Amino acid sequence: MRRFVLPGLIVMAAVALLALLAFGVSGQNSGSSIDSQVARGTFPTAPDAHLALPVLGSHQTRSLADYRGQVVVLNVFASWCDPCRAEAPILADAERSLRTQHATILGVTYLDNTSASEAFVRQEHITYPVLRDVSGNFVRSFGATGVPETFVINRQGRIQAVRRFQLDTTWLKQTLPSILSARS
Amino acid sequence: MSPRRRRRRRIVTALSAALLMACCVCPAAGAAARSHADFIQVQNDVMCVACHEPLAVAQSPEAFSERAYIRQLIAQGLTRTQIEKNLVANYGPAVLAKPPAEGFNLVIYILPPAVLAIGIAFLLYTLPKWRRSTRVTAGAPLPGAAGPLDPEDDRRLREDLARRA
Repeated sequence: MRRFVLPGLIVMAAVALLALLAFGVSGQNSGSSIDSQVARGTFPTAPDAHLALPVLGSHQTRSLADYRGQVVVLNVFASWCDPCRAEAPILADAERSLRTQHATILGVTYLDNTSASEAFVRQEHITYPVLRDVSGNFVRSFGATGVPETFVINRQGRIQAVRRFQLDTTWLKQTLPSILSARS
Repeated sequence: MSPRRRRRRRIVTALSAALLMACCVCPAAGAAARSHADFIQVQNDVMCVACHEPLAVAQSPEAFSERAYIRQLIAQGLTRTQIEKNLVANYGPAVLAKPPAEGFNLVIYILPPAVLAIGIAFLLYTLPKWRRSTRVTAGAPLPGAAGPLDPEDDRRLREDLARRA
């Protein structure tokens, strides 16, 4: 009996380490699963829709669920990111036309400090609401690993388009009309 | 006053002067060094949250932004603890090089000592057994070696050796 104690302990330790590895790896797959579902046309429900996040420059909080019924262009950005700065005027322009179509852009700052984000919003004349995801949990639930990333959420609260890098006017023009015209 | 007493008084005066000078010079030197040291210390305690590297070695745009923000906070006169709290409020707990000991983070505090303890226990368990078996092996005759000579052979061996000598 005693000769099985040591091998047993070693096996248990190896199993525990493998379980730890599996747990770590399992948390990395949300991004690719969202992308593949969107590509297949089975649009996944936007995750963490009820997670309340602080509004930049205010003491209020808002969640994605507050925009239910609207088309939401969710743009994840940070002030230090050059591609985010490059796409900011495009989004600011788009916001003006979206407002009339029961749609909005919703900015989410991530990996950034409040004062730098506020300065970015001022400099880029951003008028759409911007939320702060301090922990990064909300953004990570969309599988975001960097900035900028953009998700278009339809009126049913489902992710219908994903852009994992800098967007341009062409992509917005190709993506938004069909989502905006779809019945709620 | 005896020469011995005079010498003692001189030593006490010299020590007092040295102590006084140290008291005057040290805070100034410390204050001069502190702002620089604070930045280095804070930088060593935090991570670049975008690149998952210690901020001290990270070279990403986010790291430069984070450093600039830390310099701003130091310029505001915040202490190291206040700066770390502020960084957590802005970047989340992932900004700390040593994450708080709660939830899944506990693994990094528990696992290394546990592995060390298991290693020590393993050595404590196996080393005495190993040494015992080595001792037994050392005392045993080599395989194929003959046992002690019987008296007759011993006598003959001695005689042969004496003849050759």
